[in-house]
Amino acid sequence: MFLHMEDVVRHAISVLVENKFGVLARISTLFAARGFNIDSLAVGETEDPAISRMTIVVKSDDCILEQVTKQLNKLIDVIKVNEFNDNIEYVERGACLVKISLNKSNRNEVMQMVEIFRSKIVDISQSSVIVEVTGSEDKISAFVRKVMPCGIKEMCRTGIVALGRGQSIIKVSSGR
Amino acid sequence: MVRRTGSQILVESLLREDVEVVFGLPGGQALPIFDAVHGSELNFVLVRHEQAASHMADGYARSTGKPGVFIVTSGPGATNVVTGLCNAYMDSVPLVGISGQVATDVIGQDAFQEADIIGITRPVTKHNFLVKNVNDLARTLKEAFYIATTGRPGPVLVDVPIDVQRAFCEFVYPDKVDIRSYRPNYSGHSVQIKKAAEIINKSEKPVFYIGAGVVASNAESEIFEISKKADIPVTNTLLAIGAYPLDTSLSLGMLGMHGTFCANKVVQTADVIVAVGARFDDRCTGKVCEFAKKAKKIHIDIDPTAISKVVDADVPVVGDAKTVLKEMIALIDSKDRKDWLRMIDTWKTEHPLWYNRDDDKLHPQYVVEKISELTKGDAIVVTEVGQHQMWAAQYYKAKNSRLFLSSGGLGTMGFGYPAGIGAKFGNPDKEVVVVAGDGSFQMNMQEMAVAVLNDINVKVVILNNQCLGNVRQWQEMFYGKRYSHICLAKRKKCPKWCNTPRRDTCPVYIPDFLKWAQSYGALGMRVTEKKDVEPALKKMLGTKNSVVLDIWTEIEENVFPMVPAGASLDNIVTRMNG
Repeated sequence: MFLHMEDVVRHAISVLVENKFGVLARISTLFAARGFNIDSLAVGETEDPAISRMTIVVKSDDCILEQVTKQLNKLIDVIKVNEFNDNIEYVERGACLVKISLNKSNRNEVMQMVEIFRSKIVDISQSSVIVEVTGSEDKISAFVRKVMPCGIKEMCRTGIVALGRGQSIIKVSSGR
Repeated sequence: MVRRTGSQILVESLLREDVEVVFGLPGGQALPIFDAVHGSELNFVLVRHEQAASHMADGYARSTGKPGVFIVTSGPGATNVVTGLCNAYMDSVPLVGISGQVATDVIGQDAFQEADIIGITRPVTKHNFLVKNVNDLARTLKEAFYIATTGRPGPVLVDVPIDVQRAFCEFVYPDKVDIRSYRPNYSGHSVQIKKAAEIINKSEKPVFYIGAGVVASNAESEIFEISKKADIPVTNTLLAIGAYPLDTSLSLGMLGMHGTFCANKVVQTADVIVAVGARFDDRCTGKVCEFAKKAKKIHIDIDPTAISKVVDADVPVVGDAKTVLKEMIALIDSKDRKDWLRMIDTWKTEHPLWYNRDDDKLHPQYVVEKISELTKGDAIVVTEVGQHQMWAAQYYKAKNSRLFLSSGGLGTMGFGYPAGIGAKFGNPDKEVVVVAGDGSFQMNMQEMAVAVLNDINVKVVILNNQCLGNVRQWQEMFYGKRYSHICLAKRKKCPKWCNTPRRDTCPVYIPDFLKWAQSYGALGMRVTEKKDVEPALKKMLGTKNSVVLDIWTEIEENVFPMVPAGASLDNIVTRMNG
C-alpha cells in the first residue's frame, strides 16, 4: 500500500495476549513481514498472570492500521486488540532514564529542568546524575531536548503504556 | 490410570482424530514416535523426501476436505517441509504436521539436527506449537486439529522434543477445544447480508467471483441456487475450478491472468462483484486500480484480514460462505437478466478458448482436452506448476470441486506428483491423473517409489516441451526472446545462448522418462505424434498401475489468453500478435 505522508498518524494499539513464550516473536514477525515499523513497544503481565498486555505504537495511515489490527486479531494467541486514537480519552505514560554530565556550569540548569519536568534524580556522582522522567511521549521528548545541551552521557527509554480513561476498559470477555 | 509415553499419546491422538493416513520419514529425534507407530493401527506411508510428505498430506486434504497429516524428524526433516507448509498456508489447506525436536534441555545449543523450526515456520503456518511438557501434548494435538480445520483452514505444526516423546503421563484426549483467543465467526452479520442482497437486487450486471473458500465451506450448491435464481454469472479462481458447473450459460470459467476473455470482460463490465471465499489475488485482479472499476464490491470471507486487503470492499461480510449464502438466498429477488446474459454470450462466442485444432502439431491443449473427454471430467486432475498447469486449468472440465488440485498462491513446482499420490490415498476409487511439465515433474519424481510400492495407481502425463515453458514464454514475450536457462536439454556442446530449441537438432533429452518409469516397475510410454495421443491415453487409463506418459508437445506453445503482469484485465491478449 502506498503511504501518503499526510495520512500518517501515530497510533497506540493495546493488545491482550496469552502470556506464553513466543508470542512477542509472533507479533514482531507479523509487523516485520508486512514492513510496518514499530515505534515503541511495552509488554508486561496483567493482574491475571496468564495474560500479558502489549502497547504498540506505530505510525501509519488508516488502511494500514486496519490491516495491522486485523492481522493481530488473526494470531491465535492474541485475545483482544484495541486502538487508542483521538476519539478515545486515554492516559499514556512512558519512562526514561537519562544520565547527564554534571559540572559547575550546568549544575543549576540541570536542577531546574528536573524541577520543571517534575522528574527525579535517582543517582548522583561526581560528574553525572541519572534523572528519571515519566510522562507522555511528548513530555519525555521535550525533556531530552532540553537537557541535550547539558550533555547526555546515555539514556534508556521505555515504550509507552496506555489505559483508557473512566469506563473504557479492555478486558477478556468471559466465554461465549 | 494407564500412563503412556508422549509418543504413544501422539499416535493414539491421531487415531482419535480418525486420521486415515500419515506421510513422513523417520529420523534420530523422532525415533520414539516411530517406535510407537510400529505395531499401531496408524497407516503410515514412507516417502522419499520430506517435502513430498507435506505435499502428499496437502493433496490428501484438498481432495477429501479432511486434514492431511505428516510426521518428520527434526532439523533437515523439518526444514524440508517448509515449502509444503507455505504452499498449504497460501491456499488455506488444513494440515497437521508433527516434527521431532532435540531434547528440551539442549534446545538452543545447536545440537545435532537442531533447527528452530517454530521460528522458521511461524510466518508460513496458521499456528505452531513447541510442546515442552508431555502433559500438554494431547491437548495441543487436539487444538492443532481444531485450528487447522476451522475458520480459514491452514497448516499447523507441532514440534515435539525427544524427551517429551519419551516422558510418561496419563492419557486423556479432550472432547472439545475452547481457545479463548480463537473463535472464528461463522455467521455473517444480518445487516451486512441484507445490505449485500439489496445491492445485488438493484444491480443490472452482477457477477459472482468464487474462490477456494466456497470449496472449503461446501457452498457450491448455494452459489448455484442464487446464480440460477437471479441470473448471476459465475467466474472462479484457479482453486475453485469445478465448484460451479461448466455446462450452464452462467458459467464464465476462470478469471485473471490466464482466465477466459469472457470472465475478464464480465468482471471489468460488471456493476456488482460478489466475491465469495476469494482474496483478490494479483493473478486474478491484474492492475488493482483498474480492476472492476465500475463495480460495487461485496466481499464474503471468513477471514477478516482478506477483506479490504487488496481491493476495498463496499459491503464486507465476515462469515462462512455457506452460512452467509444460505441466509442470503431468501433475500435475493428472482430476476431475468437477459440483456446481461446476452452480452456475455456474445463475448463467449467471439472469444472462446483457442488453440489450433486443425493442424497436425501436437499441441499440449489437445492432450488436456482428450484427458477431459476420456475421464468425463470425473477424474482428480492434479497439476504441477507452469504452462501445463494453465492449460489443465483451461481445458480440463472438472465436473465437481475437489477434482482439480493445483498449487495456487505459492506456485510450487514439485507439488503435483506427490499431491496426486496423496489424493489417491484419500480417494482409492477415483482415477488420479497428474498433468505435469517435464521441469516440475523432475522436482519430486523420486516419489514414484511410494506410488509403486503402495500400489498407488497414479497416472502422470508429462506435457514435455523440454524446457521451463512458463519462464520461456515470459522471456519470449517480455525479454526479447533471450532464453536464459530454460532449456532442459542443453549440454556443454550447445551454443552458450540459444533461442531456437528444436527436437531434431537439440541434444537427446534426459532423463528418458520411459526408462525412468520402467526402473520403478511402472509403465512408461512416449507419444510424439498427435494421432497417438488418444490411444496412449486410453491405454494409460486402462492400466491398473502407475503410468508415466511422456508426451512431446510443441516446444514454443504459449498460454493464451494472457493478461501481462501488472496490466489491467482490459489488456487481455488472446493470441500472439493479436
